[in-house]
Amino acid sequence: MGSVPALDTDALLRDGDTRIIVCCGSGGVGKTTTAAALGLRAAEMGRRVCVLTIDPARRLAQAMGLNELDNTPRTVTGVEGDGSLSAMMLDMKRTFDEVVESHSDPERAQAILDNPFYQALSSSFAGTQEYMAMEKLGQLRAEADRDGTWDLIVVDTPPSRSALDFLDAPDRLGTFLDGRFIKILTAPARGAGRGLGKLLGAGLGLFSGVLTKILGAQLLGDLAAFVGAVDTMFGGFRERAEATYALLKDPGTAFVVVAAPERDALREASFFVDRLAQDGMTIAGLVLNRVQEVRAPELTVEEAMAGAHRLESEDPHTAALLRMHADRLRNAERQERLARRFTAAHPDVPVTEVYALAEDVHDLEGLREVGSLLASTTPRA
Amino acid sequence: MPSNDWPDVLLHVVSGKGGTGKTTVAAALALALARDGRDVMLMEVEGRQGLAQLFDTPPLPYEERRLASAPGGGEVWGLAVDPEEALLEYLELFYNLRRAGGVLRRMGAVEFVTTIAPGLRDVLLTGKAVELVRRRDKKHARAYDAIVLDAPPTGRITRFLNVNTEIAGVAKVGPIRNQADGVMAILRSDKTAVHLTTLLEEMPVQETADGVAELEDAALPVGGIVVNMTRPQVLDTVAASGLTVPELAGVLSRAGIDATPRIVEALRAEGADHAARIALETTERERIAALGRPVYDLPFLAGGIDLAALYELSDMLHEQGMA
Repeated sequence: MGSVPALDTDALLRDGDTRIIVCCGSGGVGKTTTAAALGLRAAEMGRRVCVLTIDPARRLAQAMGLNELDNTPRTVTGVEGDGSLSAMMLDMKRTFDEVVESHSDPERAQAILDNPFYQALSSSFAGTQEYMAMEKLGQLRAEADRDGTWDLIVVDTPPSRSALDFLDAPDRLGTFLDGRFIKILTAPARGAGRGLGKLLGAGLGLFSGVLTKILGAQLLGDLAAFVGAVDTMFGGFRERAEATYALLKDPGTAFVVVAAPERDALREASFFVDRLAQDGMTIAGLVLNRVQEVRAPELTVEEAMAGAHRLESEDPHTAALLRMHADRLRNAERQERLARRFTAAHPDVPVTEVYALAEDVHDLEGLREVGSLLASTTPRA
Repeated sequence: MPSNDWPDVLLHVVSGKGGTGKTTVAAALALALARDGRDVMLMEVEGRQGLAQLFDTPPLPYEERRLASAPGGGEVWGLAVDPEEALLEYLELFYNLRRAGGVLRRMGAVEFVTTIAPGLRDVLLTGKAVELVRRRDKKHARAYDAIVLDAPPTGRITRFLNVNTEIAGVAKVGPIRNQADGVMAILRSDKTAVHLTTLLEEMPVQETADGVAELEDAALPVGGIVVNMTRPQVLDTVAASGLTVPELAGVLSRAGIDATPRIVEALRAEGADHAARIALETTERERIAALGRPVYDLPFLAGGIDLAALYELSDMLHEQGMA
């Protein structure tokens, strides 16, 4: 991987202009751990950092002192140096509730919170998480700007169907809110029938008939009541969605794409890099996680296998050791081939590799180790 | 012939933490179930075209397509469910309203259902799976002998399968409620099994344990646990093999290897890595065993996964009694 630029994470973290780092990538590649390790390393370089995680593994959460899900950043103890580290786990329902409460009078807010459709939307339906993660990021950034609490926010993205979901969530909400569907639903709350005929033309009868038939009158009623109740909030929602999107495009926001050296994860990373470039967002680079470490690659697969063959009866242990060395080399070669496909398609994206660790990270020491692996830019031997 | 642990199951739901290879496992399971002349539908719902990539075919349309033949003359069919199409089909199937699709689309209702309220999307996807389970041909025989669903990951699986219960909280009466109740009746019955794939690593095993607990809480039938990408534990005694550095160097030299100090040190370190990994894997295995579910092992294949590898994996699942 000779000509590929190295991702210098320390330079990224040290740069005071870096205000937000978004770690993204497909599921199971170590996004959360990467986000936490970058956050800790930045804090120990003297920055005041807040890490927003979506769904951390239990022990990683404990490592950061996150024993409860209370939707507020908590100070992480044990951080060395003059900087500071706070961490929080996203509570999507509570975030949604807070948005509702802060954008309507108490009576109206209560009506929304009690609405069955709202309850389903805010707690059970997938997809809300993406929007709420972005909402929370916006809130944290506003707090940082207002109070100077943090100068860097590191955010990990939800385990979505697609890594791109969170980018599209705010926009999707906007499209929905501007759509005619919502206007039709809102119509009954605004005063039955007004303007409906004009809006719908000949499709009206069929349309409302279909909706009632599919959804049932009671569901339709709840939905209309919900939409009617949140009607006044919608302007706010849309503005915030747009503000969050603008925040993601800000030059102070850097995306770190995380992948494992596997086909699917790299394909997803590739889509992601293309999409970020298309949207004019800043790509800091690719973190290639869980890379097979090879010691002494000068002992080749062929030599190791030939040696193993000769030692089969004399010393089965050493023979096994040699076969394992050959396996590791083969695996590393396979990973390198996959990684090369990515770098061929994206020669300008800086890359850093992190070796697969024997154990999952569950304390600050482990996060420090990942942080220093992220920082070391020595290319593959 | 090995016994089959799931003789009554018609719907095999395969979930697992991201990166544990659930699409591969789902495909291998479908091939194993299709052995000896059975027709099996392999259904994907995440819009990723993972099946097309795995079986090396062009992207699958929303249409049932033959993907591969199984040993003994069976067939694996594939279907990539598109939520929009599923909605229109649903309208036609239940209300004879396909014509209304265009109107709904213009109104933004289709977009609403399939994106803004992904919960409703899950209703359509689970509904489609159950429709396939129930489908009969003209002779009233089952259209498919089994359905394998390449499902969302463990973190979302309970919510995905349970979405119809959530619907029941929203729609208290009406056709959607009836449909939701019908789907849940199948998903909660012994005709369904939710299998979870994992790796012998801490986080995936933890997520599997959490997933089993969540599924049980929701009264959804937990199936087997597939431990994927296992590596042979060839060297369980290597750390204790007792060879000193000079001894190892001597053995290597006799085998014709230029045993530089760096190579000797590297091999010893690799042996130690391996021993550490085995210790960890033993712990994780115990945790998996403690879940009390049937466990199936699939090895890590260094050459990657292609069609030949899928057949190999499907044989292993068959021999272990998963299908």
